[in-house]
Amino acid sequence: MSEKIFIHILDSTLRDGSHALSHQLTSEQVSDVAQGLDEAGVEMIEVSHGDGLGGASITYGFSREAERELLKAASAVIKKGKLAVLLLPGIGTKDDLKMAADLGAKVAQIATHVTEADIAEQHIALAKRMGMEVIGMLMLAHMGSPEKIAEQGKVMESCGADVVQVTDSAGALMPATVVDRVRALRDVIKVGVGFHGHNNLSLAVANSVAAIEQGARWIDSCTCGLGAGSGNTQTEVLVAVLDKMGYATGIDLWKIMDVAEGIVRPIMPKPVRIGKASLTMGYAGVYSSFLLHADKAAQQFGVDARDILVEIGKRKAVGGQEDMIVEVAMDLAEQRKRQVSA
Amino acid sequence: MEKIRAAILGSGNIGTDLMYKLKRSPFLIPAVMAGIIPDSEGLARAKADGLATTAEGIDGLLTLSDRFDIVFEATTAKAHKEHAPKLKDAKKIAIDLTPAAVGPYVIPLVNLEEHVGEPNVNLVSCGGQATVPLVSALREVSPVEYSEIVATVSSKSAGPGTRQNIDEFTETTARSLERIGGAKRGKAIIVLNPAEPPILMRNTIYSIVEDVDPEKIRKSIEEMVKRIKQYVPGYELRAKPLIEELLDGNRKLKKVTLFVEVAGAGDYLPKYAGNLDVMTSAAVRVGEEIGRRLVAGTWNKTRPMEAP
Repeated sequence: MSEKIFIHILDSTLRDGSHALSHQLTSEQVSDVAQGLDEAGVEMIEVSHGDGLGGASITYGFSREAERELLKAASAVIKKGKLAVLLLPGIGTKDDLKMAADLGAKVAQIATHVTEADIAEQHIALAKRMGMEVIGMLMLAHMGSPEKIAEQGKVMESCGADVVQVTDSAGALMPATVVDRVRALRDVIKVGVGFHGHNNLSLAVANSVAAIEQGARWIDSCTCGLGAGSGNTQTEVLVAVLDKMGYATGIDLWKIMDVAEGIVRPIMPKPVRIGKASLTMGYAGVYSSFLLHADKAAQQFGVDARDILVEIGKRKAVGGQEDMIVEVAMDLAEQRKRQVSA
Repeated sequence: MEKIRAAILGSGNIGTDLMYKLKRSPFLIPAVMAGIIPDSEGLARAKADGLATTAEGIDGLLTLSDRFDIVFEATTAKAHKEHAPKLKDAKKIAIDLTPAAVGPYVIPLVNLEEHVGEPNVNLVSCGGQATVPLVSALREVSPVEYSEIVATVSSKSAGPGTRQNIDEFTETTARSLERIGGAKRGKAIIVLNPAEPPILMRNTIYSIVEDVDPEKIRKSIEEMVKRIKQYVPGYELRAKPLIEELLDGNRKLKKVTLFVEVAGAGDYLPKYAGNLDVMTSAAVRVGEEIGRRLVAGTWNKTRPMEAP
């Protein structure tokens, strides 16, 4: 009997999920969730501000507790698995990465827009020097052609990344467009291939499976799907599906379900679901973490969040441009005032 | 009126753009361009425009040292660290557009006065030049508890220097918000946007200030924007300042959000590269102030240059 293929799961509930909680996680919650995930057998447990280390800001939202405290809390309870962090060059810095490594982080996800891989060179090199495993993320992957993804993946590989990931930040990819991208990447790089999905079109698990069938072996997911936009690939569902398909993940299905129901669900302010604004993100191809910022601006300026998101898409905003949301909302409110008075 | 003669060290896009800006200056005249690539377009353009040129870099430039008084450094941080002591020995004032930061950071409308007499001044970063003047305008009406900027620039306008050391931008810019802008705490974020056609440089500036009259805030900002436009004509507020109430415990504060867009003058650099134009424009503005003072004899007087 052949050995089962192993899929490396990175659970990002305490990072991508931070968006859904407007970055209000406490170290107690982090400790509880991280311990549960670790005991369930999750290989990589990610803890960071939603926008990565150093993301606490007016633009993206301040964290309730300092990142250092959250990392310490997770580090103290992770026994079998590895603590992972996210860093977006341009937001976080090498100093943030050093701090995380000092606190025990073993895996660094370094993320850039799908066309800008070269800005991660120093951060990837530093993480490698500190002995970390590096997953290079090409964000808003739907905005890059398979050829572009292949080209940029090679850049990340040459910088030292151990894995290059197709990151569907907008939840806008579909199985066929995932397949194109993963295959293009797999054909040109020697290092591992990964996938990070969002559920804005209800395709996160299906897209992850499509990626795996093309050779992706590193998959990001969130317990209860707790993440930006309509949430991420749901860890416990993915584990069940992969088990049925004959893949190994090292995760105990019953235990991860218990973590989802017993630990993560109680800290969720509202269920993660595909609502009209988050569906619009998948449809229009907008960065998922814009969701709550768009909701807030919609309320403040009396406009429809969907109109904000579509306009943001038209203006070709990329990840990190949350600052554009209020400006677009003000423009839309102004336009409407003019239409009413005309 | 007597004009001060300027040399441009570096014959790339920045150096060439500087040359065209200097040609319009009432105080400065571009006299020499030094590069290291003999058939570079910049050197060819400089020659055609009547500048003395050399492809021998800093050494070539120094053989022409009777032809210029001040130098605009438009090469790289690494190169400038080598050039700086040589320029100082030759008693040439250096205006450094690289991140080398050999000399103090200067922002034309804010702190140049403090550095009169310095042999070497540094232009901070594009984000600093585009945002610090507005933070300092807020500082004129209230203490600034915190300032945060997000600079979004087109991918095409971000050269290899910026890309390979993006932390330098965030760190230098954040410190300039504090030390020059006067914010108690600063944070800077940079985003590269690859959209085609390329986007103009955008800066969003968030500041937390005391509970002062919004009218005062608006006026101070408006005044400063007018003054910036005198040397960066493409500098615009994209929307009216957004001023919101904020409560920190019992303390009433105000959050001020400013949306800035910078279009370049299109002298040599493309119009979308407002982030580069704001640097060359600020450099020329600094050079003019130095030139004006050199002519008036007030550059070295107030604070003599250190003895070599």
